[in-house]
Amino acid sequence: MGLDEAKLLIDGWVRREGSGRDRLLPLLHAVQDEIGYIDDTLVPAIAAALNLSRADVHGVLTFYHDYRRQPAGRHIVKLCRAESCQSRGGAAMEAAAAERLGVAMGETRRDGQVTLEPVYCLGLCAIGPNALVDGRPMARIDTAALDRIAAEVAA
Amino acid sequence: MTRVFISRDMASVALGADDVARAFADAGCEVVRTGSRGLFSIEPLVEIETAEGRIGYGPATPADVAAILDGSHPNRLGDIAALPFFAKQQRFTFARCGIVDPLSLADYAAHGGWIGLDIARAAEPQAVVDAVKASGLRGRGGAGFPTGIKWQTVLDAPNSPKYIVCNADEGDSGTFADRMLMEGDPYCLIEGMAIAAHAVGASHGYIYIRSEYPFAIDTMRDAIALSAGRIAPFTLEVRAGAGAYVCGEETALLDSIEGKRGQVRAKPPLPALAGLFGKPTVINNVLSLAAVPFILSEGADAYANVGFGRSRGTMPVQLAGNVKHGGLFEVGFGITLGELVNDIGGGTASGRPVRAAQVGGPLGAYFPPSMFDLPFDYEAFTQAGGLIGHAGITIFDDRVDMAHMARFAMEFCAAESCGKCTPCRIGSTRGVEIVDRIIAARETEPARTATQEGTLGKALYSRAPDRIDVSLGAQTTLLRDLCDTMKYGSLCALGGFTPYPVLSALDHFPEDFGAPAPALEAAE
Ligand SMILES: Cc1cc2nc3c(=O)[nH]c(=O)nc-3n(C[C@H](O)[C@H](O)[C@H](O)COP(=O)(O)O)c2cc1C
Ligand code: SF4
Ligand code: FES
Repeated sequence: MGLDEAKLLIDGWVRREGSGRDRLLPLLHAVQDEIGYIDDTLVPAIAAALNLSRADVHGVLTFYHDYRRQPAGRHIVKLCRAESCQSRGGAAMEAAAAERLGVAMGETRRDGQVTLEPVYCLGLCAIGPNALVDGRPMARIDTAALDRIAAEVAA
Repeated sequence: MTRVFISRDMASVALGADDVARAFADAGCEVVRTGSRGLFSIEPLVEIETAEGRIGYGPATPADVAAILDGSHPNRLGDIAALPFFAKQQRFTFARCGIVDPLSLADYAAHGGWIGLDIARAAEPQAVVDAVKASGLRGRGGAGFPTGIKWQTVLDAPNSPKYIVCNADEGDSGTFADRMLMEGDPYCLIEGMAIAAHAVGASHGYIYIRSEYPFAIDTMRDAIALSAGRIAPFTLEVRAGAGAYVCGEETALLDSIEGKRGQVRAKPPLPALAGLFGKPTVINNVLSLAAVPFILSEGADAYANVGFGRSRGTMPVQLAGNVKHGGLFEVGFGITLGELVNDIGGGTASGRPVRAAQVGGPLGAYFPPSMFDLPFDYEAFTQAGGLIGHAGITIFDDRVDMAHMARFAMEFCAAESCGKCTPCRIGSTRGVEIVDRIIAARETEPARTATQEGTLGKALYSRAPDRIDVSLGAQTTLLRDLCDTMKYGSLCALGGFTPYPVLSALDHFPEDFGAPAPALEAAE
């Protein structure tokens, strides 16, 4: 999406949803849902739309783990790293996922097919290790499950 | 047409419930998607409506449809409520969860819904606050502050408008009760918030849900739209979080709703007096608010008669981690940790011995089995150097390395620190480094002998790495010292309570830190 198009998106959203300060997080969510990430070049437009300073928007954007400032892969695999999943062998699956998906934790694969990210608890803590694959929850991740995920994200 | 009940809870779906539901629909059944009953070893669970009530089968796969429909399937469980895991519970808050269609207003009304709200609205606000006080309900988000007293402060606050904020950030590993309730019985939370609104004179409320809970966000939004007429003139909206654990802290959460960085505010002022947008605000956990409809409809005594010491009523305990029968177990306070882990949970899923249980999420202490006679009670846990928190219990078998868990606690604190105060922001990173040195030293140092404190030219910590005394004794001392600083020098419980998992690991499992095992266990 080009910059002009993105600006239209932002202005349209603000007209529908309001331009109060408390609209900042919902607007950032909306931009990311639509474009996939929040490019730094959009910060001035977002700041102007909500009547905030650029520094303010930048501060919020960088505070929250959810917001991406770079494009992600076509598929996003989030693997839980929190304690309950660790107690069920999560650390080994973390290593196995990096190996089978061919990408380090927190990175996007060179070919842009997949991003592997840590998540700290999905609230599925009795059936871990758990993952979200393109938003779909998956429980009891083992190496066979990782092979299926690797095949899925190859497409 | 046969009616079949299958959960649409995120955990059930993660275990394949959608495929099972589709298979039953394809076989011509009427499939009702419910919340989860709360026992994950039998999920995906299928319940068939019969003249004798619902008959459960689980776990089930799409291939099992025919055998389940003709009643021959070996995973037949019969009446789910009669299973020991459920028969032993006292479901006050989760009475409907897993049974009703979460978005059906007819189901909700047929199962006792809205009675509490009608009673509250017929009463004076002060009478409602008094009922909540009399019930003994304490905040289920972690701190255990009496809910009625918080509401009284907001009721008495002269400023307006007032807000009701529900804390549904549930970031603790090992917890999922908020999520299950929002997905399985959303009107219960909505009713609790509407009662709170009447009690303190608020007209608008927010439910702040972490972004990791997409199903709960959708269900709550739908439920709010469907019940808008029932709770009017009170209005509600959902706000999605953005992946920051610290936003579960109440003042950080308020800043986040306001569109700011989720940084912790110094108190005073209390949120009850100057909270959201500077206005008087009730902020409560999902489970605190969802307990209120029962208290109003059944009476404060019915709630307060259950419990232990100053912990009244029930707690939806969550059995998690390496546990055989994990899930949601709502029960009166006073049950022991050992009963929960061994009798209800059935020990580990791996079949190996239980070595540790972490209670209360990433800021909670690790307990060894020798302490499992602790009763589930706010005061008893505080006295034992831990906390109940949001009542998640994460179970570990004998393969756990407690030094790694201590390191993880520090790492998590470093990753999630809001950055406002130094002990937490910097201390957590230093903590990771210290535990790393301990892990390196325990492998090389045969056994701890005399400490090298005072060795000329050596320091506990220095910017010149070769001057640091990396011996186990020195680093362990330093770790305790750092925990002390974090505990007493942090603004909020993220920095202040991270020492709980670290020190409990060090105290109860010293052998993992290169020190001799505690005498008590060695003697056994
Ligand atoms: C770092 C941190 C995280 C917290 N996370 C949560 C949370 O996810 N949910 C919650 O209800 N309370 C959480 N709390 C506790 C809240 O600050 C607050 O005590 C609670 O929302 C009050 O509601 P209650 O009285 O109903 O428990 C957290 C506190 C801290 C310090
Ligand atoms: S203890 Fe940590 S999270 Fe809490 S206010 Fe201080 S820096 Fe922020
Ligand atoms: S710890 Fe992984 S889902 Fe909760």
